[in-house]
Amino acid sequence: MNHPVPVFPEAESFPEDFSLESNYTFNHDTLRYIQLAARRGVYDIRGMGAKRKLPTFDDLTFLTASASRYPLEGYREKCTTRTVLGTRFASRPIELAMPITFAGMSFGALSANIKEALGRAATMLGTTTTTGDGGMTPEERESSRTLVYQVLPSRYGFNPNDLRKADAIEVVLGQGAKPGGGGMLLGQKITERVAKMRTLPVGVDQRSACRHPDWTGADDLALKIEELREITEWRVPIYVKIGATRVKNDVMLAVKAGADVVVLDGMQGGTAATQQVFIEHTGIPTIAAVRQAREALEEMDMVGVVQLIVSGGIRSGADVAKAIALGANAVSIGMGALVALGCNSSFYVQGTQRISAQADYRQLGTAPGSCHHCHTGRCPVGITTQDPVLQERVRPEDGARHLKSYFQTMNMELTTLARACGKSDVHHLEPEDLVGLTIEAAAMAGVPLAGTDWIPGVVAR
Amino acid sequence: MCGLVGLLAKTPAISEQLGALMRPMLEGMTQRGPDSAGFAIFNQSPDSKAWRINVLAPAADYDWALVSSTLAAKRLGGKVGLHADGRHAIIELSGDPAPVLVCLQEEFPALDVLSTGHAMDIYKDVGLPREVAERYRLDERTGTHAIGHTRMATESEITPRHAHPFVAGPDFCIVHNGSLSNPYSVRKRVERRGIHFDSNNDTESAARFIQWRLAKGDDLGIAINHGLRELDGFYTLLMGDGKSMALVRDPFACKPAVVAETDDYVAIASEFRSLKHLPHINEASIYEPKPERVYVWKV
Amino acid sequence: MESLATAEKRAARAQPANRHGGETIAYDLATGTVRELNRMLHGDLLGQGVRRVVIENPDGAHNIAVGLDAPLQIDINGHAGYFTAGQNMQAHVTVHGNAGRSLAENIMSGRVRVKGYASESVAASGHGGLVVVEGDAGSRCGISMKGVDIVVGGSVGHMSAFMAQAGRLVVCGDAGHGLGDSLYEAVIYVRGRIEGFGADAREEPMAEADYASVAELLARAGFNHNPRDFKRVASARTLYHWNPDANQEY
Repeated sequence: MNHPVPVFPEAESFPEDFSLESNYTFNHDTLRYIQLAARRGVYDIRGMGAKRKLPTFDDLTFLTASASRYPLEGYREKCTTRTVLGTRFASRPIELAMPITFAGMSFGALSANIKEALGRAATMLGTTTTTGDGGMTPEERESSRTLVYQVLPSRYGFNPNDLRKADAIEVVLGQGAKPGGGGMLLGQKITERVAKMRTLPVGVDQRSACRHPDWTGADDLALKIEELREITEWRVPIYVKIGATRVKNDVMLAVKAGADVVVLDGMQGGTAATQQVFIEHTGIPTIAAVRQAREALEEMDMVGVVQLIVSGGIRSGADVAKAIALGANAVSIGMGALVALGCNSSFYVQGTQRISAQADYRQLGTAPGSCHHCHTGRCPVGITTQDPVLQERVRPEDGARHLKSYFQTMNMELTTLARACGKSDVHHLEPEDLVGLTIEAAAMAGVPLAGTDWIPGVVAR
Repeated sequence: MCGLVGLLAKTPAISEQLGALMRPMLEGMTQRGPDSAGFAIFNQSPDSKAWRINVLAPAADYDWALVSSTLAAKRLGGKVGLHADGRHAIIELSGDPAPVLVCLQEEFPALDVLSTGHAMDIYKDVGLPREVAERYRLDERTGTHAIGHTRMATESEITPRHAHPFVAGPDFCIVHNGSLSNPYSVRKRVERRGIHFDSNNDTESAARFIQWRLAKGDDLGIAINHGLRELDGFYTLLMGDGKSMALVRDPFACKPAVVAETDDYVAIASEFRSLKHLPHINEASIYEPKPERVYVWKV
Repeated sequence: MESLATAEKRAARAQPANRHGGETIAYDLATGTVRELNRMLHGDLLGQGVRRVVIENPDGAHNIAVGLDAPLQIDINGHAGYFTAGQNMQAHVTVHGNAGRSLAENIMSGRVRVKGYASESVAASGHGGLVVVEGDAGSRCGISMKGVDIVVGGSVGHMSAFMAQAGRLVVCGDAGHGLGDSLYEAVIYVRGRIEGFGADAREEPMAEADYASVAELLARAGFNHNPRDFKRVASARTLYHWNPDANQEY
């Protein structure tokens, strides 16, 4: 007897349902990456920091006042934010009105107007701004009351006269977006002015060194730092900036080499142009890095002697407060400052007019909120560009005003949280004021998981 | 990140002053290495069969008498003499050191065995170079050659065990300036061949690798050449065995070395300022070793 | 490293500078400090009628005569350590001995001469001026140079003129491997053997302008060679833009 063979008469009509299954390993980003690599044969370069989901300061929360701790009155009871950096060797340490500074970003990556806006804002706020890979521009020196001068592996635009004009010197070993990698600036941003400052031919794709040309290793660095001090008569603080990888070892070495201040840039730190492979696959999240840095300083009995500036995804007053609680003396803001200036905004402002930038985003193949195209030099809102027309989309005075408002907001949030924890000085925030909301964050920050006494990874306390 | 120094005497006069000349060399490297320091002194022993075991105790009031009496009671090591000076002691043996080492490990585990050999003594400890030099009387030492080191710790802890020189086999030790980038994989390979490690210091990986090659029958030059291929990173290595002093720099050659040679001595240091006090330094032939070349000076 | 306070105290105990009749003064580093020496050199010596400073007993000390900014003549009698004449402007510095690494790093102008050999990274990132090494120079001679002229009487080590952006390097002896790796617009002239070229560096024919350049630099350095014996090494410029087909080992 013939049994009928089973047939699915509608098999032809619903195959597309199955094609909507998602794939975790070969997800859409991965498909795009492989397809681009196959077509172009070169790695992907972009701006901004790590985009993927990582433990951030959002995964920590404050244990503010209760029955056991008393809060300070907002607006009435003083909570000071004054911060001093560089007390170890310098005869002229840096005094900040608030523990929030502007991170080093290059002229070349940013326009001259933006560098000026950063300087003006820093002056109004009583904080510092920092030069970047490419050297010091007259605009930023004139507009910044307190300016930190970077010494980078490339030494583009490095000049001893600028060194002598600086209020602090930052020797850069690496940054959070690409620890172990050098700077990068693509040809479309190497204009005449940039080329001249960097001693490069106009329009080349700049390759940067990842090691300094005149020293290798912390033992040599001790002598290099001495050279910089000799040239500036031991007046100004020397910062050493590292991308967060082997944080404990690196902080110890920076201290041994003679740093006054350590600047630590976590994985979420931004860049104007770097290979994607660096941005997403190097370095450790900022909340893990801060804790390791603090432990290193504690072990060396250098807390209070060598200061710590933390950067890499600091976005809000809450982030500032948590970074300080975990051990930072101050923070540095890069990406956030650019957003305050209009990065990823759908419009820019000219006078009192709002002008849509949507078309420019579309031309880049992106949209406001998703743009990371700093490396192209076609910034729709005129920030990360050398184009003379695009640059005019931000006027220094307007930019400065926005930056000032943003930083003041964060500072207010910082003092609000500090007061709520009963602190009359934001620097009295401590790790024990925090708990973690996830196991990863608790383990990385070295604080208990909320509602428990358990610090993952710590056996006995 | 460190400083290294070495001195090989070509005349009895320099031999007599070996330690006295080494001390300023070691102290000259303090800025490169403030965490710990150490040195190895080599002497041609009149009785080449006599063994010497160098040990370090946790404190100066260690019960050395107990060590002597235990070895005597167990009749280990043949004719045994123990010379203690504070935390450091040298146990001289006419017989087989192996059972003595087993006894030390089992009954006196607090002692760090620094070296076992015929011609070499090792002194190393945490502290500034000046402190270590004073504590172990560097300026009184005499010998045919010596190597020394000052350490700025990069990755592993700061303990006497992690200080250089690293001993790898009888009468062989090594000091290192730089940072190896593949120390763990080298270590695992060597450990699988039965060689035991005392620390997680990257230098020990280099030391044990060469020890392994020497045990396989390579002469020192060939062993070091194997090392140049296997070890990755930045390194200047200075080594001593009973009859010679050897130096090699990696292909990048970013970690420094300066050599000064006269008719009376060969001196090596990471920086010239450690050589400036040496006799007739102004007439010395001064040069920097080339990368990837093995330099060997014989006693 | 000494703190400023300790350096000050030591300076106070040190001998004051000897005046040899106004124009030339001497400073003895055996009894003085590098800090005091540099502070003096950064002061207004020209205004005081000083034209020349002689430094005795340098003994390999580091950071001697860094950050100068005046047309003084400086003679260092002996071997100098790292960063000698670093970031030099206008001064003429001569080392009567050997120099440690990073001699005249980031030099902006002026002249620095070494009678013996110079260690790694001579004139690293230098922007201008002239650096002369009469003996050999170590590896990475002229690394990252940005306009300085360097003349080496002996040979240079490997990776010389690495990422050199502008300026001229003249080598009267041989050059080690990796010469001119990642070269931009700087030009290298070599008289002896070249062990190997770095990525994007190649030999090119010498033009009359090249012979004239070499002649001028040799004359300023005081070396007596025939410019016709030199070869020109310059960038092939294939790395100026991102290129997936380039050799990825570099």
